[in-house]
This record gives sequence, C-alpha cells and structure tokens, in this order.
Amino acid sequence: MSRHPLRGAAAIAGLGLTPQGKVYGNSAVGFAVDAVQLALDDAGLVRTDLDGLLLNPGLTWGDMGMGSFQLQQAMGLRDLRLSATMNIGGATAAAMIQHAAQAIATGLCTTVACVFSDAPLKPPAPRGDKQSSGAAYAFARGWEQAYGYYGVNAMYALVARRHMHRYGTTQDHLGQIAVAQRRWANLNPAAQLHDQPLTLDEYHRSRWIAEPFHLYDCCLVSNGGCAVIVTSAERARAARKPPVYLWGMAQGHLGGDPADTLASGAVVAKEPAFAMAGVTLADLDVVELYDCYTFTVLVTLEDYGFCKKGDGGPFVAEHVTGPGARLALNTGGGQLSSFYMWGMTPVSEAIIQLRGEGGARQADRYDVALVSGNGGVLSTHSTLVLSRLAS
Amino acid sequence: VTGASGKPAKPLPQIAPDMAPFFDAARRHELCVQRCAGCGTLRFPARAICSRCLGREATWAPMSGRGSVFSYTVMHQAGHPGFAAEVPYAVVVIELEEGVRLLSNLVDCPLEDVRIGLPVEVVFDDVTPEVTLPKFRPRR
Repeated sequence: MSRHPLRGAAAIAGLGLTPQGKVYGNSAVGFAVDAVQLALDDAGLVRTDLDGLLLNPGLTWGDMGMGSFQLQQAMGLRDLRLSATMNIGGATAAAMIQHAAQAIATGLCTTVACVFSDAPLKPPAPRGDKQSSGAAYAFARGWEQAYGYYGVNAMYALVARRHMHRYGTTQDHLGQIAVAQRRWANLNPAAQLHDQPLTLDEYHRSRWIAEPFHLYDCCLVSNGGCAVIVTSAERARAARKPPVYLWGMAQGHLGGDPADTLASGAVVAKEPAFAMAGVTLADLDVVELYDCYTFTVLVTLEDYGFCKKGDGGPFVAEHVTGPGARLALNTGGGQLSSFYMWGMTPVSEAIIQLRGEGGARQADRYDVALVSGNGGVLSTHSTLVLSRLAS
Repeated sequence: VTGASGKPAKPLPQIAPDMAPFFDAARRHELCVQRCAGCGTLRFPARAICSRCLGREATWAPMSGRGSVFSYTVMHQAGHPGFAAEVPYAVVVIELEEGVRLLSNLVDCPLEDVRIGLPVEVVFDDVTPEVTLPKFRPRR
C-alpha cells in the first residue's frame, strides 16, 4: 500500500500552555500571546520563525471575525503566509493542526502557530453575587429561553438521555468516566482539580446540573491559552524538544440530529485517519478523547470501535478505571478534571505523553496516540494520530 | 422585571419574525408548525430554507397536539432569575404524531413521572395577553 504523502510530513515542535483556571488579570488576546511565546520557547524558536497563524477564538474573543489578524498585530508578527480564524468548536484544535500540516507539506509556509485562548471566568464578586462564573456558557436562544432551556449542558443532556434509553447506559457508567479521569488528574500537578479525589459515591452525591448530568459529568471552565507549533518533520528534528509526528488526520461532521444518530463524527473520521497513519486500535498506546461531558467520552469510545455501538457503558465500567487500567485514556484528567481549553486539552496531553513528560501520570508505552476533537453537540469531529516515531 | 408575586418574572420568548406564526397560532390556542411548500417536510423551529429540498416557500400547518416525550432533561440550575423558584424543572422534547419534534415543558406532571415515551397532549399557557406558550400534559 502506498504511503500517504501527508503521513509524517509535519510534526509538532512546540507546546505552550499558560496557567489554567481561575487565572485573572489577563484577556483572551493576552493568554493567546503568552501561549504562543511559551510554545516558541518550548521549540527553541523565535517569533520571526513563524510564517503561519491559525486561531480558534474562545467565547470571549466575541464576534470579531479576524481574530488571527488581531493576534498577529498583538504579537508584531510580519510577513505571514498563512492566517485564519477557525471555529468548529472543540474540533478546531486538531483541525487547525491538520490545515497547518497540509500547508506545510505543500510548501505554502513552513512554521505555523495554532492557538486557542479564552477568559470567561471573572474574579469573584466582593459579596453575595451568586452569579455562576461560567455564565458565558449559559446562553439561551430566542424563544427557547421561555421554556427554561439554557446552555450546552441541557443540549447534551437531551442526547445523553436518549442514549440511556436506547442502550441502557446508566448513571454509574457516566460516573466511572468522571472517577477515572479524576484519578489521572490527581497525578497531574497542573490539573485544576489535582488536589480533589473523587469516588463513585461522591460523584452520585454531587449536585445535579441538568439530569442526567451531575456536576462531575460536566467539563470545567478555564481561563488560559494553549498554542502548538507545527512545522516540517525535518525542522522539528532540529527543535529543542523531541518531535511529535503527524501520522494520520481526518475530520467527520455527521449533520442531522445527534439525538437520532447518538454518534460522533468519529464514525466518519476514524477510517481515513487510521488508514493514513497505518494503525489499528491495537497500535494506540495513549488515547486522548474530547470530553466536554462524560457522555462524550462514552460515545466517542464506541465510535472509534473500542467497543460495539451502544456498549460504551459496560466498556467503561470494565476497562476505564484510570491509571494502571488497560486503556490509557485522558491521562491528564481531561476537561472534566484538568482544564478546559476546548480541543487543545486532548492535543496538549497527547504531546506531553509522547514526549515522555507525563511525570507521575506517564503512560508505560507511549509510541502512538489518538486525539479526538468534538464541537457543538456531537456536531463536528476531528481526529489526529500522533507518534514520537518518525515512521 | 418582576411578576405579580414580586418574584422575578420568567423571560418571555424572543420571537424572531420567522417564528411569529408559531406564537400567533398559540395565541389562538392552535399548535402549528412550519411545512415546506415544496416537499411537505415539517420543521421546527422555523427555518428559511428546507434542508431536504432546499425550497424557500413554506406554510404553517395545524398539528394534532398529540405526541410523546422523545427526550428530557431536568434542569437544576436557573439560567435566568425567573426560573430560580422553579428548579428543578423538566425541559422536554416532544415528538408529535405527525413526526416533528418540539422543545417544550410539561404541566400537571410530577418530575418522577417524566419518562421517554410518555403520551402527551398540548395545552396552552397564556403567559400574558400577548404571549401564549404551547406546553404539554400527560394524556390519560
């Protein structure tokens, strides 16, 4: 079988991750600038090495349509050959890396910063204000507000409830995912909930948000930024850190009503991404799946074929018990327990693992990693197969 | 804005022009959804273009008002102060006999009775003289 021309052509040479969570006094643009600078330092590169800039603006960037140009100006970057502001929600991060790799492989540019940042959390009000600090995510649309239908939690809850009805998925199954990821976060000093253990019993007793979601079924909300430097495999080998090669990539966007499909775009993206990479499930050492909710992880496991469709619940109950379990899944704690940088959360953790920089949470085997991104309500999906090996 | 009780009032729907016929019908205590004039596909909420045949023309068709609960969530956080006294409350997706689905609330139905498949029928909640919300109650 002929090798795909994109396989191994590009690599990730730098990762920049700002402090995450209740970090105040910085704006979305400020976090983005910090993240790019950290990623350049990590790679041993400087600003003038960049000739491409892709931005996934978080909610607090607002509706401004030219965020990547705004960031270019904020950083004083000159003579870029690639610039775009991209938004397919949580699938954007891996998609930006794909677009960067294509541009680099075809010679349009050489070194691209892919960036996400957001600053939805406000400092606590002096007294008495119980307004949720994640209010930026609590939007209601038009006529729906009259029915009390607010926010993404409720949108996902309606889909999760269908999955439970159709396949017999239980609250325990969802809880297993929350507990397993918290156990990983307990090993990750950078995780927002690093110091907070979680048992299944505590999960069940945590407050409801939108049934069937408890508090610990839902991702965190974080201020911060994350940037990744993508360059050619050759240039990446000259960088300060070991390269993380892009073996395979694809996207899948199902359309229709997720309450009918009960599936993520992995059902479309998996096959081409795995074919390009030349891998099967058995080759994956580390799996970093998008986890806006525990439910998202469960569905995505099904759609990559870790188990039969509908068997995600029994599968996680048996195989996803956290550190030491068969599957090294969401090893940093993910968005549920570590930090919420949309698609950059799974991307960054895969890079850390493939470099062997995971410390107490480092996976035993870490040659190949799978990364998924997911946006909207199972609306958009992106896949990366990454490796520390050139081929 | 406060209601008669002095508590914050629930928000009224923000009715964009394309959804106005739905709420006009509700004020008359009729349940209508949009129907593509080209291919007959029912759709809710209203859209300018039919995603099946790409037709631009549409009418509003009266519905039976009978259906069942397709999915539901019980909301425990008030996304608006007007719902603070209401939590926990259910938001439901109703699948009408005609096949189209609507987001709504249930009335006369304790939370513990809410389940997928529950047969329901439409009722009309006259929130103000100008605004009526179609809601659903268990069918007996």
